[in-house]
Amino acid sequence: MASKKGFLITVRTARQGAAMEKGKFSAEYIAETTSLTLSPRDYQELALTEGCHVRIRSDSGQALVTCRSAEGPDGVFFLPLGPTANTLIGEQTYGTGVPSYKGFPVELETAEL
Amino acid sequence: MSVTVHKDVVCTFCGALCDDLEMHVENNRVVEVKNVCSIGRSKALHGDNDKPECRAGGGPAALEQAYDAAAQILSRARSPLVYGFSSTVAEANRVGVELAEILRGGLDNCSSYCHGPGVLARQHVGLPTCTLGEAKNRADLVVFWGANPMESHMRHFSRYSVQARGMYTPQGRRDRKVVVVDVRPTPSSKTADLFFQVTPGSDYEIATVLRALVLELPLPSLADGSMVGGVPLAEWRKLVELIKGCKYGIVFFGIGLTQSQGKDLNVEQLIRLVSDCNRYTRFYAMPMRGHANVNGNNQVFVWQTGYPLAISFNRGYPRFNPGEFSVIDMLNRGDVDAALIVATDPAAHLPHTAVEALKKIPTIVLDPVNSLTTEWADVVIPVATSGLSAEGTYYRMDNVPIRLRKILDCEWPSDLEVLQNIKERVLHAENY
Repeated sequence: MASKKGFLITVRTARQGAAMEKGKFSAEYIAETTSLTLSPRDYQELALTEGCHVRIRSDSGQALVTCRSAEGPDGVFFLPLGPTANTLIGEQTYGTGVPSYKGFPVELETAEL
Repeated sequence: MSVTVHKDVVCTFCGALCDDLEMHVENNRVVEVKNVCSIGRSKALHGDNDKPECRAGGGPAALEQAYDAAAQILSRARSPLVYGFSSTVAEANRVGVELAEILRGGLDNCSSYCHGPGVLARQHVGLPTCTLGEAKNRADLVVFWGANPMESHMRHFSRYSVQARGMYTPQGRRDRKVVVVDVRPTPSSKTADLFFQVTPGSDYEIATVLRALVLELPLPSLADGSMVGGVPLAEWRKLVELIKGCKYGIVFFGIGLTQSQGKDLNVEQLIRLVSDCNRYTRFYAMPMRGHANVNGNNQVFVWQTGYPLAISFNRGYPRFNPGEFSVIDMLNRGDVDAALIVATDPAAHLPHTAVEALKKIPTIVLDPVNSLTTEWADVVIPVATSGLSAEGTYYRMDNVPIRLRKILDCEWPSDLEVLQNIKERVLHAENY
């Protein structure tokens, strides 16, 4: 089972926005908010294939996500905002009211369903 | 049934508040939308169609019963929280503030966890800013920093900032230089003249170095070949040349700054950089506000309490302390024993620990559509949808108030009416 450590950044996507307004129970919203983007090199390193599942863990929780590859920095993973990303976000707001939605450590592990 | 065409309707998805939509209404439903982005279209087509069931006391309820149940929960609570408001009108915000004061509760809005740090930065160093109209008519250098409007504010480029043709920018895109600073290539960065792909979490460092370069201060620790935020120093010098050479520049910043390491300090340093640029040329900054009226929340809260977010009335007067009275901190610490949620969906947007805390306390939610929070809230009150079936005022990201019209009929009351009803009942709390 392959694994990789890195940092997670939550993001907005057009598909996430449109699907959210269609309904948060829609298949499109669930699919988009559980879709993790990795750099081509990370994608290859983990020997991933389109739509395969990965378990993502942070200090605060874990979730199962699907993967896709897109141009971007190695070791940094991108997940659209939504209930799945929220399971990974920590409590600490450092006195600002805002927890770290961007740039917190996570570990990916290929998962068999 | 004939189709009625409504022109110049305001889109209520993002803070750009495009006010040129054309909506076709048939049988009291929006059936077609023109001049709109994909997200705005989805909102217009679905925003008034999926009303939750009115619920209280563990089952379906009449509106009056739901009002009574809400007032009872709030009146009996020792530390209630009134929270949300980013997708409702300023008039409802005002009553929400009043209710929080009567209850001696906590009061917060959705900017608490998105652009809140930018609001805090503004309190420290101010904000040299302008309207989107000025940006459209004058800006010949446009910088997007930590923002990806092509996916979040899709018509921003065409209506206000990039392709828009203005008085002094008659050729639109050809009259402007566009710069994007972000941690990865995005659809927005692909349209830019210059793209700086920076190391995540390096915004403060970059803004600090840019300030020194703008002010022509020595940088003894940085040799010519040095990298700053993952980008060669020489590239940043090119940006400074662009800044000093422009007639009117603006930086639009997104939650890439406010939610990354440094948070309010990132924005503070960026604003200082913009102030420095004004020694050489005209330069402004503007936050890319997300939810359509989240800026209105800050506006109304400030009129009413003196503070934009993270407020407590528990001593009978407003106190402000982000990190203490912010919604996520309040919930995570277990400081709240009942919650009134208006026009937001915390179960979809807050970290899971805060959502779990909310599930443990009596929660009342006002929402125009079924959401992840209406699934389990104790009292659910369906409401009309602002901008479709309820009128009122929203504040655009540049602080310009825009009036929303009502184009659909709705059997349910507006947020404003519901809050007024709950407030009246709370004021007569001896009845409970």
